[in-house]
Amino acid sequence: MNKVKEILEKSLEKISNAASIEDIENIRIDFIGKKGLFTNELKKLRHLPANDRPLFGQEINKAKNVFLTNLSSAKNQLEGKLLVDSLNVKPIDISLAGSNSSKGSRHPISLVRSKIEQIFKSSGYKIKIGPEIEDDYHNFTALNVPENHPARAMHDTFYFEGKKLLRTHTSPVQIRSMIADGAPIRIIAPGKCYRCDSDQTHTPMFHQVEGLVIDENISFANLKAVLHEFVESFFEREIKLRFRPSYFPFTEPSAEVDILWENDEWLEILGCGMVHPNVLTNSGIDPEKYSGYAFGMGVERLAMLYYGVRDLRTFYDNDVNFLKQFS
Amino acid sequence: MKFSESWLREIIDLNLNSSELSHKLTMIGHELDEISNDGLSIEGIIIAEIVAFKKHPNADRLSLCNVNIGSNRTIEVVCGAPNVQVGLKTAFARVGQILPNKIKIKKSKIRGVTSNGMLCSASEIDLGQEDDGILELPADAPVGVDLGAYLNLPDNILNLDLTPNRGDCFSLIGLARDLNTEPKSKLNYNFRIQNNITSKVKCKVKTPHPDICPRFASQAIEGIDNKSITPIQLTEKLRKSGIRAINPVVDITNYVMLELGQPLHAYDLDKITGVVSPRYAKNNETLQLLDGNTIKLNKNTIVVSDESGSIGLAGIMGGNSTSVSDKTTSVFFEAAFWPPKFMSGKAREYGMQTDASLRFERGVDPALQAFAVERATQLLLSITGGKAGPVDDIKNKKYLPKTKSIRLRQSRLYKILGKKIPKSEVERIFKKLGFTINIEKDSWKIIAPSYRFDINIEDDLIEEIARIYGFENIERVTESITMPISPIGWSELNKDAVCDHLCVRGYHEAINYSFVKKDIDNQISGQESKLELLNPISTEMAVMKSSHLAGLLQTLKRNLSRQNNRIRLFEIGNVFSGDIKNHKEVEKIAAIAIGPIEEESWNSRNSDISFFDLKGDLDSLLLNNNEKDFFSYESNKDNKNFHPSYSAVIYRKDEIIGVIGMLNPILTRHFDIAEDVYFFEIDYKKAFKRSSINAKSISKYPQIRRDISIVVDSHIISSELIDAVKKIKPSIIQSVNVFDIYEGKNIEEGRKSIALGLILQEKSRTLTDDEADDIIKMTLKLLQNKYSAKLRD
Repeated sequence: MNKVKEILEKSLEKISNAASIEDIENIRIDFIGKKGLFTNELKKLRHLPANDRPLFGQEINKAKNVFLTNLSSAKNQLEGKLLVDSLNVKPIDISLAGSNSSKGSRHPISLVRSKIEQIFKSSGYKIKIGPEIEDDYHNFTALNVPENHPARAMHDTFYFEGKKLLRTHTSPVQIRSMIADGAPIRIIAPGKCYRCDSDQTHTPMFHQVEGLVIDENISFANLKAVLHEFVESFFEREIKLRFRPSYFPFTEPSAEVDILWENDEWLEILGCGMVHPNVLTNSGIDPEKYSGYAFGMGVERLAMLYYGVRDLRTFYDNDVNFLKQFS
Repeated sequence: MKFSESWLREIIDLNLNSSELSHKLTMIGHELDEISNDGLSIEGIIIAEIVAFKKHPNADRLSLCNVNIGSNRTIEVVCGAPNVQVGLKTAFARVGQILPNKIKIKKSKIRGVTSNGMLCSASEIDLGQEDDGILELPADAPVGVDLGAYLNLPDNILNLDLTPNRGDCFSLIGLARDLNTEPKSKLNYNFRIQNNITSKVKCKVKTPHPDICPRFASQAIEGIDNKSITPIQLTEKLRKSGIRAINPVVDITNYVMLELGQPLHAYDLDKITGVVSPRYAKNNETLQLLDGNTIKLNKNTIVVSDESGSIGLAGIMGGNSTSVSDKTTSVFFEAAFWPPKFMSGKAREYGMQTDASLRFERGVDPALQAFAVERATQLLLSITGGKAGPVDDIKNKKYLPKTKSIRLRQSRLYKILGKKIPKSEVERIFKKLGFTINIEKDSWKIIAPSYRFDINIEDDLIEEIARIYGFENIERVTESITMPISPIGWSELNKDAVCDHLCVRGYHEAINYSFVKKDIDNQISGQESKLELLNPISTEMAVMKSSHLAGLLQTLKRNLSRQNNRIRLFEIGNVFSGDIKNHKEVEKIAAIAIGPIEEESWNSRNSDISFFDLKGDLDSLLLNNNEKDFFSYESNKDNKNFHPSYSAVIYRKDEIIGVIGMLNPILTRHFDIAEDVYFFEIDYKKAFKRSSINAKSISKYPQIRRDISIVVDSHIISSELIDAVKKIKPSIIQSVNVFDIYEGKNIEEGRKSIALGLILQEKSRTLTDDEADDIIKMTLKLLQNKYSAKLRD
């Protein structure tokens, strides 16, 4: 009896002195391995009388369990300490760049176009697109710009053979939409436009977003509201707008919209007006029943203001170092 | 339209200061482009009179002048001008005056004689270009008075951006009429002229084609002295409008044009042969113009002719043969109405634009011609003397614009503007604009004046009200509108997502012009471009691009030359094909890549991009899980833009959607690029045609992985093997993956080793090892039979 107690005490002492996982393992072998001290005691059981065996057996197993509990807790402690020690290494230079982090970017014109689209989409406008190679009818005649109209001369049109041309504005999409869908209409039409003009403030290709709303009671007061809401939503702040009378053959009345920019300067940002009755008639819409407004804005212009780009031509230079700024 | 504020204020009294005036003009539709201050630098210059002069004792070309500078003070001034004469009134700069060129006048000795100031030429005090001598002022100019005050200086020069519908505002009177709507304004212009007709001199005019010239007013004046000096008050107005003074006749035609908007032409009567008549130009007719250029006339051009031939390009520029000079003694004024439809674009046909052509193209008042001639004659007689013959006013009403009565409904006015403008205000505006107005129940009957030929329909009248009432006085009203929901296409919804994905993969979006050089496009498309512009900006931008390749290559080259060695770009937009009768615009998305796989960094992979890096970028875009099997790559045989061995044609099901690969060095060398360039271009709509996702239930039972390594002929492509293996037991073989490829040592020539990893799994139970072994056996057997594959040991 005392022997078991002795073994247990000895084992606990060894456990308390264990300094490594190897020590623990050795202790386990010494006590409960094939030839371990507890194992030996258990082996001795069969020499005892059958009546005594359960009592002694219980005694040994109890001691053995105490041993195992202590051994495992000592092992856990040692492992924990090892883990803590393993953290004690030289720190890395955390300022070094992450791997393969380089990223591309959308073109600023696309970003601005997309922003314009998002704003109008949120108000129920559908997006329509039209061909860039247009015919004279959709680009001019149907828009109340008959042949010999002085406004044609101002458009600096690129021509192909046979009355085909590169659209000078996105307005032909108005005509195509009205003919295809009829009233009511609530669309915007983004896209590329072309004019044969190339200098510091003109590129031969540029982007516009056209807007068209037609319904039974659309008024100039509505046009003022929508553009005001658009501009403030686009620039994300309160902005003063000014509607200035102007002239477009396809709207009547026509206006240009200026915004009050830095240095108290009025900057023109878009043209708009009430759709001319001739344009409605040309597209099969009854101008007595329906009225509507249309507007057209230059994406480059808005992008220059929004991003503070000074030189229009930068947009078409596609210098990666310029583009990177928009990632 | 450029003019001085003081001139406008002579014609109309306005209760507005300068900045209010500018603002008003802009807000009624005549946008102020620029306002500048003129004549600030002549402050201090006074009017002086030469009372006596003699030759400088020590210099032949200099004079010693006694100059009266007012207040009975006479001083001595040395002057080198040739036009010094007794009684001449001129500009005088006192000692201490600083001239516009920053030179300060000092009391100084010139060749031994003291000069107490300086007599100035027009150019020395910024009043003109001519430099023949000192400024000559009219005899009645008040001596000692500030020259600036005498000449309305300083003055504001306004430059307006007129809209093309308001040809009537290409004149001082037109602008004044529009401003007359301003409260407390008053027009001061006198439209009554009575010239003394003291001669029978005339020039016979016939208008056999009244359609091209429905009105031709003219008047001849004889016995004039065109060497007379045009009064400085008149030439100053011209100068402030940007027009140089030449001689009285020419100055007057310019003046009347600016004042009334009617361009006039003056002929030297003595140089005209016989009857003057407007007509179409004849075949092969030429005309030498006033500016000395000789032009070959187009058949649809209108000319003014006499019996010698054409003597003027109608409404654009006069001819040289009948031009007026300072020797002219008899003059013939023409004021015609050339209908805009015949004038539109005409000057441009000859590469010209003149003050006259600009006005006739936009339209002039058809009621103005006779008055304009009389006004010119009135001014001419007062400057050059002479005797005027009768006014000859030929008109054909049939071809002149007619005034018509237009009904404006109150209801439509309110509907279009969204604002109830008081009736009294509507009526006031029309009256002040010179419209005739008849008040009816709930509407007005309105007749526009002759100069408002832009008013044709009811909505034109609405614009007049809106413009004058003020857009700023129409309050914003958010519309309530209900639109039915309509379907949205997938592509439209996700284009931004596709582009953003390429950005995440490292690509920058470029936007290049849609037109490229013809031979480059021909080379890239492999055929002759039929979408050629008639009027390109340059040969570099002559045809519509058939691919994004040319633009991206140029952009790539430009970036390479700016010391970038790793470049990734993409572009999305339309490319063009077909001929102009039947062209196609297809939206394509393309990407180009050059340089290392990763941007240089301490632990980056520095090897250069390969076919598979680009393919990975594209696959990540295309291969959504449920569509994976739709896409396939087949080797490219025909596209010469690519390296024949490192390129592929991309299919979605049976349709070609694009190409990918390394560009052919023969092509890149054209662009001076020596490095390997990789490129893909796909048809956006075809590539991103989406079927809806049908989610499958996922098996919960364990997977078994089995790897096999086989040796096959080199030309066998891996996708073929994978497809074949998958078909063996599609319900169990979940995926087949190539995890190693090897050619070389230990593998016989012409053969390669491929290692395939199979993932096997049953849907409804645990797959047994025996079943897995069976599948592998079947796989090996198939590969042996079909591809003569050997198990690699």
